[in-house]
Amino acid sequence: MAVNGSVKKIRMSDLDRFFSALSLTQKVYLPVEKAGQYDYAPWEPGVSYDPEELHTVKSAKGLFFPQSEDLIKYRREGLSLAIGPVAPEDEEFVVFGVRACDVKGFEVLDRVFLTDPVDTYYKARRDHGTVISVMCPKPEETCFCGTFGIEAEAPGGDVQCFITGEDMLMEALTEKGEALLESVSGVGNTNGDGALLPAADETDLKAAEEVKEAHREIMKKLPLAGLTTEGFGKDADLLTLFDRPEWKELSATCLGCGTCTFVCPTCQCYDIREYDTGRDIRRFRVWDSCMYSDFTMMAHGSPRPEQFQRFRQRFMHKLKYYPDNYEGAFSCVGCGRCLKKCPSSLNIAKVMKKLGGADND
Amino acid sequence: MPVNENVNADNGSAAEAQATETKQWKPRIVAFCCNWCSYAGADLAGSSRLSYPAEIKIIRVPCSCRVNPTFILKAFERGADGVIICGCHPGDCHYSTGNYYARRRMALLFSMLDYIGVERGRTRVEWVSAAEGARFSQVMNDFAKKISELGENVKVGDLRCRQ
Amino acid sequence: MQAVSKKVLDRARELMRDGTVSRVAGWKAGEFFYDCEPALFETEESLKDLVYNRFCAANLSKFLITNDIASVADRGRTLVLLKPCDTYSFNQLLTEHRLSRDNVYILGVGCEGMCDVDRIRALGIKGITGVDESEDGKKLTVRTLYGDGEIDVDGVLVNKCETCKGKAHKIFDELISDNEEEGPRGDRFECVRELESMAPAERFAFWQKELSKCIRCNACRNACPACSCRKCVFDNNASGIASKANTDSFEEKLFHIIRAFHVAGRCTDCGECSRVCPQGIPLHLFNRKYIKDINEFYGEFAAGEEAGQRGPLISFEAGDREPNSVSDKGGD
Repeated sequence: MAVNGSVKKIRMSDLDRFFSALSLTQKVYLPVEKAGQYDYAPWEPGVSYDPEELHTVKSAKGLFFPQSEDLIKYRREGLSLAIGPVAPEDEEFVVFGVRACDVKGFEVLDRVFLTDPVDTYYKARRDHGTVISVMCPKPEETCFCGTFGIEAEAPGGDVQCFITGEDMLMEALTEKGEALLESVSGVGNTNGDGALLPAADETDLKAAEEVKEAHREIMKKLPLAGLTTEGFGKDADLLTLFDRPEWKELSATCLGCGTCTFVCPTCQCYDIREYDTGRDIRRFRVWDSCMYSDFTMMAHGSPRPEQFQRFRQRFMHKLKYYPDNYEGAFSCVGCGRCLKKCPSSLNIAKVMKKLGGADND
Repeated sequence: MPVNENVNADNGSAAEAQATETKQWKPRIVAFCCNWCSYAGADLAGSSRLSYPAEIKIIRVPCSCRVNPTFILKAFERGADGVIICGCHPGDCHYSTGNYYARRRMALLFSMLDYIGVERGRTRVEWVSAAEGARFSQVMNDFAKKISELGENVKVGDLRCRQ
Repeated sequence: MQAVSKKVLDRARELMRDGTVSRVAGWKAGEFFYDCEPALFETEESLKDLVYNRFCAANLSKFLITNDIASVADRGRTLVLLKPCDTYSFNQLLTEHRLSRDNVYILGVGCEGMCDVDRIRALGIKGITGVDESEDGKKLTVRTLYGDGEIDVDGVLVNKCETCKGKAHKIFDELISDNEEEGPRGDRFECVRELESMAPAERFAFWQKELSKCIRCNACRNACPACSCRKCVFDNNASGIASKANTDSFEEKLFHIIRAFHVAGRCTDCGECSRVCPQGIPLHLFNRKYIKDINEFYGEFAAGEEAGQRGPLISFEAGDREPNSVSDKGGD
C-alpha cells in the first residue's frame, strides 16, 4: 500500500456515522442479519455492522443482477396495446463489506453482461454502484479463492478496507471510490475531535501490513489451500473432460435443486417470464438454474434430460466453457457458498479433486 | 399476447382500473360454486329476482372438491378480498363424497391462513342446494358484509396486482 | 455412537460379502468431517468410504426413489441404512407404492441425535476443521483454524432431533442399536402452539420476516421424501404458479403453504425441509401445523407409522368439523 494520500482511516466505532453520512445521498447496502441469516440489505439507523459476518448466504451479485427484475410492461388501452420498457436503475448506491471473492465475481459477470451486446440493466447498476470491499477478518474452512489466483489481501473494488484492531483503513482504488470518500470528508467523528476520515499515517499502514501478513498465514492453513485448477481451463481437452465417466458418480446424489446456483456469485443464467397482474402484463427476468429440469427447455424437450448432464453442465461451464470464451478466466471464485449450502454436500471442490490434476488428491 | 389463466374474473381494462381508483373501495369476492347445487342455487336466486352484491364473481366448478387450495391463494394473490366456496350439503354430493373431501381440505387451509396471520373470515365454506335460491342470496349478502367490515385485503396479495 | 458406528460398518460389509445385498445405500465422508453425503456403494471395496457418525442427518429414503434403486428388481437387493425417523418416510413411500419392499434390505441403525454444523457456526465458531466426541456423547471438542473449544451436543442438534419422535424403528430387517427404549423427546408441537398464541399481526410479521429470505431454490421440495411427484406443479409453466423466483409478493407464501399442503397427511415430520434450507427458514412449522390440526380435527395420525395406512385427507367422516368453525376459533 503506497502512501499517496488516498488511504484514509476510520474508527470501527465510527462506521455507523460513515454509513449515516453516505445514506443522506444514496442507499448503502451491507451484510445485515435477518432471522438468523446474513444477507445484503440497506443500512438504516439501528442496523449494526458485524465485521466478522461477511459470509452472506447470497452474494452481492443480486444488487447488480437482481433475482427478479421487470423488463417491459404492456397493457391494453382500448383497441391498442401500450408497450413501455422499464427504465434501468438510475440511483446511486454503495455496497459495503464485499469479500475479495465476490469482487472478482463481479468481474466474471462483467465479461458476460458488459461485452457486446451490453446488458443495459446490468450496466446501469454497475455504473451507479460503488463497491467497498473488506479483507475477510476470518476466512472459513470452505474458502478457496487462492485456487483461482485471487489475492484475498487485496480485495479490490472501488475502495478496499482493512481492519486493524480499533481502526479500519480505507484505500480508494478508482476515481469513483476517491469521490465517495471525498464526499464525506467534511464530516466530523463521533467524539468531535477530528475528521471522520483522517488520512492514514505510517503506523497505520504498518499495522495494515501486519494484518495482511497474518491473513496470508491463515490462507496457507486452509483445508483447500492445495486445490489447483490443473486439468481444467482453456488448455484442457473439452471432450475428454465431457466424457469422463466420473460425472455420473459425482452427481448421483444431486437433488436437482437450485441452491448452488442461487448462492453463487458468478452464476448468470436467467429465464424470461411474463406475469399478468390483471391490469398489465409484466415481462420480467428471473435467475434460472441449469440444475432444473426445465432449464433451456425447447419444443423437442430438454437438451439435458438427465440430472447428471445438468450437473455436468454447471461445472463444465465454470471450469471449461467460460475459460474458453473469456481468455482462460474461470467462473468460480472460491467463495465456498456451495460447499456450505448444498443439501447433498456436493460441490465444485469435490469435482475438481476428482477430475483435476494429481496434486488435488 | 399471452394472458395467464385468471381465477379473478375481474380482468379490468385500464379505464376500468382508473374508475375504481376514484370510486370508493368495494370488496372483490370470488365464489367457487359447484355445478350441481350451488350454481343452480345462484340461478334460482336470479330467476326469483333475489339480489346479491355485484362484486361477487362466481366461478363454476364441477364439484366443491375440484377447488384446489391453490385456486384460493391465487385469487387472493390477484386481488380478491374474500373467497367463498359453495357446494352441495354434506350427504347430497352429486359424486357422493366430493364435498366431504373438500370439507377436510378447506378446514386445514383455513386454519393455515389463520396461522400465517390472515384475518379470520376472509374465507368461508357454505353448503347451498339447488332449491335454496333465497339462502344463496342471503349467504352472499352476509359474506359481502363481513368482507366489507374486514376491509381491503392487504396481507395476501401480490404487490404487482395492487396499484 | 462410535460403538454402533463400527458395528454398522462391519455388518454392511458382511451382508455385501455373503451376497445378501448387491449394493449399499449409506453415507460417505465428504470434503469436511461434517458434510457426509448420501452415497451408493456398488462394490465391497468401495465400502471403505462408508461412514456413520453424528453428521449423517440426511434421510436416505428419498435417495432410494430418486435413483430408482428400489424399483428395479433385476438389480438385486439394496441395503439401506435407516435411522428411526427415516423409517417413517420409508413406510410412507411403501404406502404410496414408490418402492418395492422386496428389493430393499433395511438395516435399522441406532441414533443418538444428529448434529448440525450450521448451529455450531451460529455459536460464532468459524473455520471449523474437525470435532471429537466425548466418551459419553454429550460434549464435542471443536477444532478450528482459530483455536479449539468445547460445546454441548444438545445445543447443536439438528432441529428435528431436538424433539425426536422416538428411537423405535418402524420397519427393519435387522437392527443395530444400543438405544435403550426411549419415547419422544420434548413436545414437537410446542413451537406451533407458541405461534398460535401470538396476535395475528405478530404471526404475520414473523412469517413475513422468515419467508422473505426464501430464494426459491426448491431444496425443501427436492429433499422431501413425501414430495415424490415426477413432475411438480411448480415446474409446470401452464399452472400459472411456476414463477421460478421470489418476487416481492405473495409468491413465496403461496409456494410454501401449497408445498406443505401437498404433503399434508403424508408428511412424517422428518425435518429434511428445514435442515436443507440454505436460508434457515423453519419450514417444519408449516408441516407441523398441518399435522397438529389433523390430530386435533380427525384424530391422532402419524404418517409412516406403518405401511398401508389410509391418510386423513383421502378419508372422511360424516360428522367432520366445518371449515368455518376452524377459522372462527377464538372469535374475531
